[in-house]
Amino acid sequence: MRHRRRTWIPGLLLISPSLILLAVFVYGLIGWTVNLSLQDRHNARPAKGYVGLDNYTKLFTSDINDRFAHSLQNLVVFTLVFMVGTIVLGLVWALLLERRAKAEGFWRTVYLFPMAVSFVASGVVWRWLMNTGQGDDAGGINAIFHGLGLGFLESPWWTDPDWGMAAMAIPAIWQLSGYVMALFLAGFRGIPEELREAAVVDGATTFQLYRQVLFPQLTPTILSALIITGHMSMKMFDLIMSVSGAQWLTEVPAVYVWQTLLTRDYAKAAAISVFLLLIVAVVVVPYLIHVNRSEKRS
Amino acid sequence: MRLSRRVAALAVAFGTMFATVACSSTEEPGAGSKKVEVFTWWADGGEKAGLDGLVGVFKTDCADYEFVNGAVAGGAGSNAKQVLASRLQQNEPPDTFQAHAGAELSDYINDDQLEDLSAQYTEWGLGNAFPKGLIENLTVDGKIYSVPANIHRANVLWSNKTVLAKAGITKDADTLDGFFADLDKLKASGVATPLALGKDWTQQMLFEALLISKLGPEKFNGLWNGGTDWKGADITAAINDYKKLLTYTNKDRDTFDWTDAEKLLMDGKAAYQLMGDWEAADLDAKGFKDYGWSVFPGNGNVFQWLADSFVLPKNVKNAEGTKCWLKTVGSATGQAAFNQKKGSIPARTDVGTDGFPAYQQAAMGDWKTATQVPSCPHGSACAQGWQGAVGSAQGKFSADGDVAALQTALAAAAAEFGSKK
Repeated sequence: MRHRRRTWIPGLLLISPSLILLAVFVYGLIGWTVNLSLQDRHNARPAKGYVGLDNYTKLFTSDINDRFAHSLQNLVVFTLVFMVGTIVLGLVWALLLERRAKAEGFWRTVYLFPMAVSFVASGVVWRWLMNTGQGDDAGGINAIFHGLGLGFLESPWWTDPDWGMAAMAIPAIWQLSGYVMALFLAGFRGIPEELREAAVVDGATTFQLYRQVLFPQLTPTILSALIITGHMSMKMFDLIMSVSGAQWLTEVPAVYVWQTLLTRDYAKAAAISVFLLLIVAVVVVPYLIHVNRSEKRS
Repeated sequence: MRLSRRVAALAVAFGTMFATVACSSTEEPGAGSKKVEVFTWWADGGEKAGLDGLVGVFKTDCADYEFVNGAVAGGAGSNAKQVLASRLQQNEPPDTFQAHAGAELSDYINDDQLEDLSAQYTEWGLGNAFPKGLIENLTVDGKIYSVPANIHRANVLWSNKTVLAKAGITKDADTLDGFFADLDKLKASGVATPLALGKDWTQQMLFEALLISKLGPEKFNGLWNGGTDWKGADITAAINDYKKLLTYTNKDRDTFDWTDAEKLLMDGKAAYQLMGDWEAADLDAKGFKDYGWSVFPGNGNVFQWLADSFVLPKNVKNAEGTKCWLKTVGSATGQAAFNQKKGSIPARTDVGTDGFPAYQQAAMGDWKTATQVPSCPHGSACAQGWQGAVGSAQGKFSADGDVAALQTALAAAAAEFGSKK
């Protein structure tokens, strides 16, 4: 008995500061936000009472111009383009480097470097690059197209009502592809050399080697990459604020929360925040469970 | 049940924790009965100069009290509003704070955070010094809660004289039809987008100027106090005209702030821009002299106003000092000192025009005789929630041009945020 107590008490003491901080600042505040989202606190006065899930249903039934649904739609376009873009680019770069390219370390740094820049800083630059002026007023990338006589490629970028959010994903892809590349590269390096040698001995072509032997081994890597880029994308705020500012065309739920908070509708802002937390949780939690299980197995 | 009580207890625990944090960090400025903490977002430029001018008058008129600058910079006031909201929530208000006069104050009035200043208006004789239309716009249920420091005009059409001359336009249009004809002339003379425009709130300003022309001042006032129906056929007609007006504007308007649109005007790529009269000070500061101005065509003598004002919050540490500050703000000397530097005009009608730039002198003349109407994006006509909804609806209309959707959205916003009459 004494022996057992001695083993768990120091451990608990050691992690208790972080446990307490987590309990207060993460889970406590989540609880506080959920509680707020169930009340009718639409101004700075104390709430009159609880309204159940009204604040949530109103987001879908009586939001002016279906603003919330529109912000979700924007988020879906952004997330899809961003995830597909980073995975494809990351995989291509990883494949190139994996073929033992010259000066691999240099290229790895070049591709990875954009990740070190903050979204706000790159957003300001991309705001200029994606200048929407066309023809003689063109600026940024449009000016390059115009100068090269490729006027038909000029684009309204993020101001396009339907595909604007796809353009908004370009800076995000630029920043995160290098990171996904690093994930894939690590995945490739984790595959034992014997497998490749065996495949070569069996007479597999390069294509067959990748298709049949290496890619199947990368499934966990792809899953991690999807989860990481996916949850980043769903919380996207800083990039959009610095490229377009808060406005209808590019509004996503995180920006909407901010706008709602500025107009003192605390309960509505809380409801959107909780909704956002839930959709991120739907993606992340099953993944964490999966990782937990596979770690236990091994 | 047990669980929800625990959640509530937890929430209370957090509430008190943050209250303590907020108290300890904000105790400093207002402490001591002689200090008056004035909370603004005037941290630089002409606004800071105006504030300094006001402080100069305060120092001589209220020598017993000490001015404490509580300015929070950045975000065109949005940072300051966040700080203010949390301080009011913690019941730690500054002695006075800056707020747009008019409906935007209703956020604070409904939250029971402001003292009634009607008695002071009588005592200081402000009721006669301000125009009757302004007093009517400021009065809420028979009470007045703020002292305006200045007046800006929103419905001003700025122009580039050279571009107009090239198109053969010599006289300002005074009807909407005349304006459309001028825009067509400009297009024919090679100016592809003669009307410079920016994003959502600037679009709402243009739309409101057009509404004033179409509805007249009384019906326009009714839009904000519940007297005019947003679903009416006259509104549909106005939105259709507005849609036509948008065809004369730059397509990349949603990427523009008002200063970007101003640049189009300065570069001669556009001939007109509708913007508030802070544009005069800005054009002067940028050294552009070739500009003209007129009231928006069809607005007649309607003066669409907005104002910065100061209030007396409840539970302040130094109410007497605050009253002295408010008296200074409302006084003729205070208003002259503030407005000559900031580029706006005094709300009082009895301030001499000496020392004011050309545009301001003209505006001061108009202010005395004009019919006053408020502005939504600048808070004199509607509170912040309403402003947000309207800005978003205009952003959508700019992208898709759906007339029915805009009208429905504007009506819904009025129903949700407007006065319940």
